[in-house]
Amino acid sequence: MKVLVSFFAVLVLALVAYAGVEAANLQYLFGVIIPYAAFVTFLAGVVFRILKWGSSPVPFRIPTTCGQQKTLPWIKSSKLENPSGLLGVIARMALEVLFFRSLFRNLRTQLSDGPRLAYGEAKWLWLAGLAFHWSFLIILLRHLRFFMEKVPLPITMIEALDSFLQLGAPLLYMTDVVLLLAVTYLFIRRVGIPQLRYISLINDYFPLFLILGIAVTGVLMRYFFKVDVVGAKMLAMSLISLKPALPEVQIGALFYTHLFLLSVLFAYFPFSKLTHMAGVFLSPTRNMANNSRAKRHVNPWNYPVHVHTYQEYEDDFREKMKGAGLPVEKE
Amino acid sequence: MRLYNGGLIITGIVVFLALATFPFYYNIGKANAKPDIKLEPAIKMSEERYGKKQCVEPKEWIRREHMVLLNHWRDAVVRDENRGYLSTDTGTRFNMSLQNECMQCHSSKKNFCDQCHNYMAVKPFCWDCHIAPTEKEEARS
Ligand code: HEC
Ligand code: HEC
Ligand code: HEC
Ligand code: HEM
Repeated sequence: MKVLVSFFAVLVLALVAYAGVEAANLQYLFGVIIPYAAFVTFLAGVVFRILKWGSSPVPFRIPTTCGQQKTLPWIKSSKLENPSGLLGVIARMALEVLFFRSLFRNLRTQLSDGPRLAYGEAKWLWLAGLAFHWSFLIILLRHLRFFMEKVPLPITMIEALDSFLQLGAPLLYMTDVVLLLAVTYLFIRRVGIPQLRYISLINDYFPLFLILGIAVTGVLMRYFFKVDVVGAKMLAMSLISLKPALPEVQIGALFYTHLFLLSVLFAYFPFSKLTHMAGVFLSPTRNMANNSRAKRHVNPWNYPVHVHTYQEYEDDFREKMKGAGLPVEKE
Repeated sequence: MRLYNGGLIITGIVVFLALATFPFYYNIGKANAKPDIKLEPAIKMSEERYGKKQCVEPKEWIRREHMVLLNHWRDAVVRDENRGYLSTDTGTRFNMSLQNECMQCHSSKKNFCDQCHNYMAVKPFCWDCHIAPTEKEEARS
């Protein structure tokens, strides 16, 4: 049910854009107004999110660690698994973001008759997740050729590497294949594992289908139902130079479908689980140094409690205490 | 609203905005060049051959699908030894050849193919082996 709702939601969105351009000639709406609105929503939404996270105090040091903490100089500490300073935190965060190290440690837990608990390797999620994110990033970087007057060398190099199999014309990009396979695997995994399906929501399926829809429309218009790519670049360049103008040539409805699904993704991004892009940097279990034994951290929301110390108490009642024969610290 | 670790949060936001809007400021001040393709020699040739200002196939189609057509031509010649192609539009027979057909009409690579390809940053590797027509002096000026 949740799968179907998400699937049809994406399908309807795609059809709306396709029909809107094909039948109603709404190129300006789908090519200029909606992309701008979506991009502004994306920027403002992400900034709002970060500010909101930034205004929540994190009073305790709660990094997850799996190595020896820094202590005495003769005990070897694990700088990466248990960072004690900013540098270690940055290194650990970078490796986490680039290679998903914590997901690599993912285990499968199984309860079998006996009762016996067994743990096993579970690397497929890590592999598919990494393949998905990296190909997405490379595709995004390759797309910069639509947004730059003189495409700089690094981008053309990525493109050359990505197409180095030199299959067909236009050349096949490896990342297109990897992205489609990885997203398909991630989807099948979600519906195939009963426990996972049970906890999956529309908010999980919808972005999956949306990304799949963007990739499928992209692949369709590159390899199967061609669009006017030169026209697409003219539109893209006019958008980023803030002088929006539709090109004279017809780009093709598939392009506007691609762009519309992408706009939906961008607008949806800050309000969905996809903000983990920004959130990963703000997760307290990953972005804190484990230095609670070296530094005192005061809870920022501590209420200023009025304390009455023993010394003050004794000052108040010294004579009475002496009279009652109680021991006092100061004579 | 009070920010905790405000310095780091603001730095993060600035980095995010700088990355996300990169294309917007990267292109400021750069001339917005568009492909400037020269069609005169091709039009003359096509009008001589079949009396119509027409590529192998209609313009809309050839703009989008020329690489597929070339790929098809290559396979037909190299694999099936078939060098004849009938235009679906004009019915004219074409010799399936990059150098001896496309480049006969589009006699300057620089003023034609390269115009679009440089704009789009595509570099077909065909010219590693196939010989591009020599650019005439007048074409260069
Ligand atoms: C109207 C602009 C335009 C003209 C003129 C043009 N091309 Fe292209 N060509 C393109 C675009 C755009 C692409 C890339 C399409 C893509 O990235 O999906 C391309 C791609 C190609 C490819 C596939 C390259 C690859 O690496 O994928 C070949 C081969 C090709 N063109 C050959 C030619 C030849 C030969 C000529 C000259 C006779 C020519 N083109 C003229 C726009 C043009
Ligand atoms: C008989 C001469 C002739 C041959 C051969 C020929 N063309 Fe063309 N081509 C033309 C003409 C004429 C036009 C302009 C058509 C128009 O403006 O309607 C054109 C237009 C084009 C365009 C679109 C340019 C634009 O204005 O956007 C491309 C791309 C193209 N040709 C590529 C090729 C390729 C690739 C081949 C080889 C497969 C080829 N042509 C073979 C004559 C030819
Ligand atoms: C490794 C060298 C090489 C590269 C790179 C190459 N070709 Fe070829 N091509 C050949 C050879 C060799 C033939 C056979 C020539 C013949 O039999 O007439 C050929 C034949 C062809 C033919 C048919 C015959 C003719 O005269 O053109 C076409 C069309 C063609 N190639 C297109 C392409 C296109 C398009 C590209 C770029 C995407 C390309 N080729 C890249 C070597 C190459
Ligand atoms: C999240 C962002 C995006 C994703 C994941 C994405 C995905 C894809 C994919 C997988 C392809 C197939 C070919 C390739 O890999 O190059 C593609 C092609 C394409 N995309 Fe996107 N896209 C995105 C954003 C955009 C934007 C912003 C534009 C606006 C200009 C755009 C325009 C195009 C065009 C014109 C093609 C056809 C390219 C060709 O034929 O070579 N895409 N896209």
